[in-house]
Amino acid sequence: MADPMRIRAQEKDGKVLVRALMRHEMESGQRKDSSGQVIPAWWIQDVTASLNGKEVFSCEWGPAISKNPFLQFTIKEGKKGDTVSITWTDSKGDTRTDEATVS
Amino acid sequence: MKRRNKSAVLAVAAAMALAMGSAMAEDSTSAAIDEYRQMLQDGNPAELFEMDGEALWTEARGPKGATLEACDLGKGPGVTEGVFVELPRYFEDTDKVQDLESRLVTCMVELQGLDRADIVENGKWGQGERANVTALATWIASQSRGMSFNLPQDHEEERLAYEVGKRVFFQRGGQYDFSCATCHGQENIRIRLQELPYLSKDPGDGVGIAAWPAYRVSSGQMWTMQHRLNDCFRQQRFPEPDFVSDVTVALGVYMGVQAKGAKSIASAIKR
Repeated sequence: MADPMRIRAQEKDGKVLVRALMRHEMESGQRKDSSGQVIPAWWIQDVTASLNGKEVFSCEWGPAISKNPFLQFTIKEGKKGDTVSITWTDSKGDTRTDEATVS
Repeated sequence: MKRRNKSAVLAVAAAMALAMGSAMAEDSTSAAIDEYRQMLQDGNPAELFEMDGEALWTEARGPKGATLEACDLGKGPGVTEGVFVELPRYFEDTDKVQDLESRLVTCMVELQGLDRADIVENGKWGQGERANVTALATWIASQSRGMSFNLPQDHEEERLAYEVGKRVFFQRGGQYDFSCATCHGQENIRIRLQELPYLSKDPGDGVGIAAWPAYRVSSGQMWTMQHRLNDCFRQQRFPEPDFVSDVTVALGVYMGVQAKGAKSIASAIKR
């Protein structure tokens, strides 16, 4: 199973700043291992974020995103105590969802 | 009127640029590097390793099914806050000066019953139990963030380790005839974009020993001081020292004592 994300969500002036760190190899499929074999591609394809269950942000990623990616975005409306949830799905079909409470 | 003001400003700027010459170019380069580092700092993946380490500390593992909460890192069993800035230090039970990682290995072997050879002799960086040592060290070091280095030098063994470390630091050898001091014994020099800390004096807050463990963005790996020192030896074309060997601990004592008062920024992030 995939490792947990680290999500921080802070409210300031009615806006919520969300910062998320994801643990993922993000293998591009361009690299070879020490025996010359291509390391199969494996990366996060879709990322969606929601505020109190309502989707507010989504993106499609590719193999150019770094290992252990960091994502930061701002939600226009939100208040302390709201729940921010982020879900990613990778090219192997693995998925991970984590939540954070806005502080 | 407006136009004339503008050209006057430009002329002043040009004069200043001429006067300051290359010093200014140098400053703007390191400012740009600092800015890049600042951007990296915001989303430091070292936090993921801190999370791992925190969980490993309280997880019952190994043949003895024990947690590490009875592990004494220098301030009593189970105390993790503030221990990092006082390591390496002398431990009575092992009769050795130990750094954070060698002490963690001792605890993992003694308390959890894990095989020392699996971690030390046969272990590989970033794999198996040695990766767990790295995660634990990352979390424990982060528990001393912002604190100042203050290594004890009361015990004879600690003073001896300092002298050994000092000698190793200035010892030239290998096919390049390098010592640690070749790169780290001068101020304000760098290799490509990396500033080289001046380690035979206090390099300042968050530099040198106070900047590790750190996540290395270029390789996506979490590195501890042990790993960093191992790579220094490799770069000098010395035989690579064993993990948690006495020589690496002695160097840790030397650098730690020299950096007395420097604030730790662990866990840090590096290019």
